[in-house]
Amino acid sequence: MTLDVAWAIGWVRLSAQTVTEHRSELIELDRQIGDGDHGENLHRGFTAVTAKLDALEAPPADIGEVLKLVATTLMSTVGGAAGPLYGTAYLRAAKATGVAELDSHGVVALLEGALEGIVARGKARPGEKTMVDAWTPAVEAAVAAADSGATPAAVLEAAAKAAGAGAEATVELIATKGRASYLGERSQHHMDPGARSTELILRAAAQAAG
Amino acid sequence: MTARARVALVLVSHSRALAEGAVELAGQMAPGVLLIAAGGTDDGGLGTSFDAIEAALAAATADGGSAVVLTDLGSAVLTAESVLELADPDVASRVRLADAPFVEGAVAAAVTADGGADLAAVHASAEAAGGMFAGSSSAAAEGGAEAPGAQDGVVRGTVTVRNPLGLHARPAAVLARMLAGYDAKVQVNGANGASVLALMKLGATQGHELTVEAEGPQAQAAVSAFVEAVEGGFGEA
Repeated sequence: MTLDVAWAIGWVRLSAQTVTEHRSELIELDRQIGDGDHGENLHRGFTAVTAKLDALEAPPADIGEVLKLVATTLMSTVGGAAGPLYGTAYLRAAKATGVAELDSHGVVALLEGALEGIVARGKARPGEKTMVDAWTPAVEAAVAAADSGATPAAVLEAAAKAAGAGAEATVELIATKGRASYLGERSQHHMDPGARSTELILRAAAQAAG
Repeated sequence: MTARARVALVLVSHSRALAEGAVELAGQMAPGVLLIAAGGTDDGGLGTSFDAIEAALAAATADGGSAVVLTDLGSAVLTAESVLELADPDVASRVRLADAPFVEGAVAAAVTADGGADLAAVHASAEAAGGMFAGSSSAAAEGGAEAPGAQDGVVRGTVTVRNPLGLHARPAAVLARMLAGYDAKVQVNGANGASVLALMKLGATQGHELTVEAEGPQAQAAVSAFVEAVEGGFGEA
């Protein structure tokens, strides 16, 4: 079983749907420890992505093309840090794939590319209460699943689940990176909004494959 | 002094007003430098705009020019880096991001650029601005301790500050810009005379005596010009 361009398009549409559904929740999480724009920014960004997809005359040829469209659109429409961070994630994920179909190890390469892009752009390490705290366990879980022979859909399911646990674990962390780090200890007892949106987006990827 | 500076500045802020204010402030001290504000989102809100930064960089590097980018908070840095990652490599190679305090870095870089400095020098000037106000010992005290050798071709002069406000931003910029035009290494009370921030940090007010020391082919001319400028009082009453 492999994933093709239809999966990538489905992932994007489900991502837009889920960030729209969770817009208020993300705004509230970000309002507590940031500047409160994460939900609105992602909603605006993914709405723009689906509009661009709808406007295409010819459907995208491969997964990489879809991811690149997401990357450039998010970068130019999301005003906060999430724009360049997710934008770079999709950009590097596109570079890591580019082929028409993905097997389980191809899915891992895509996720690793995304994490590598986020770390390269944001310079955050695990434990600093950022989206890296969701992406890192997600990639680890994906590697383990692929190595044990799981299908691409099961690899994405494992990644989404681990991202959720990672997001949950950011609640007790004290932020040392990003806008929340200005709050110091007051950032504790709140979930990181970027980790939460990571979970939502990876959950959408698993749903699109299921 | 008639030619436009070789290096432009792009000032990226979350706030349109902050970016435009920084352009105004730096522009007063460095009239010959192309300064471009890229502040706020496309609808005028708080945030950074990929498209606005991209357009600002395109304008700053048009005709083969180079540019230094200054940024304020986190996502301004990330967005500027993303623009460069997707930019034409030829353009990206002529752009440098400065890790510098936004306002101080912009002023320091603008004045350095106004003196005709190259990309590396303008970038270094912005990045040095951060350390300029750190630490408690004044540049004057450090300079006084290490008096350079008397017979090494060092030209010296002393002058007393006459204008009521002393070497605040505008006079400091006038002096730094003027001294950058001479082929001489100039120190004022031990501080780098070509650095507007170093001159401001001297905290020299009315009645303060300044010792100027210069080395190089145009050392005498630089010292004379400096003394004359300070005695002139910078047009203040």
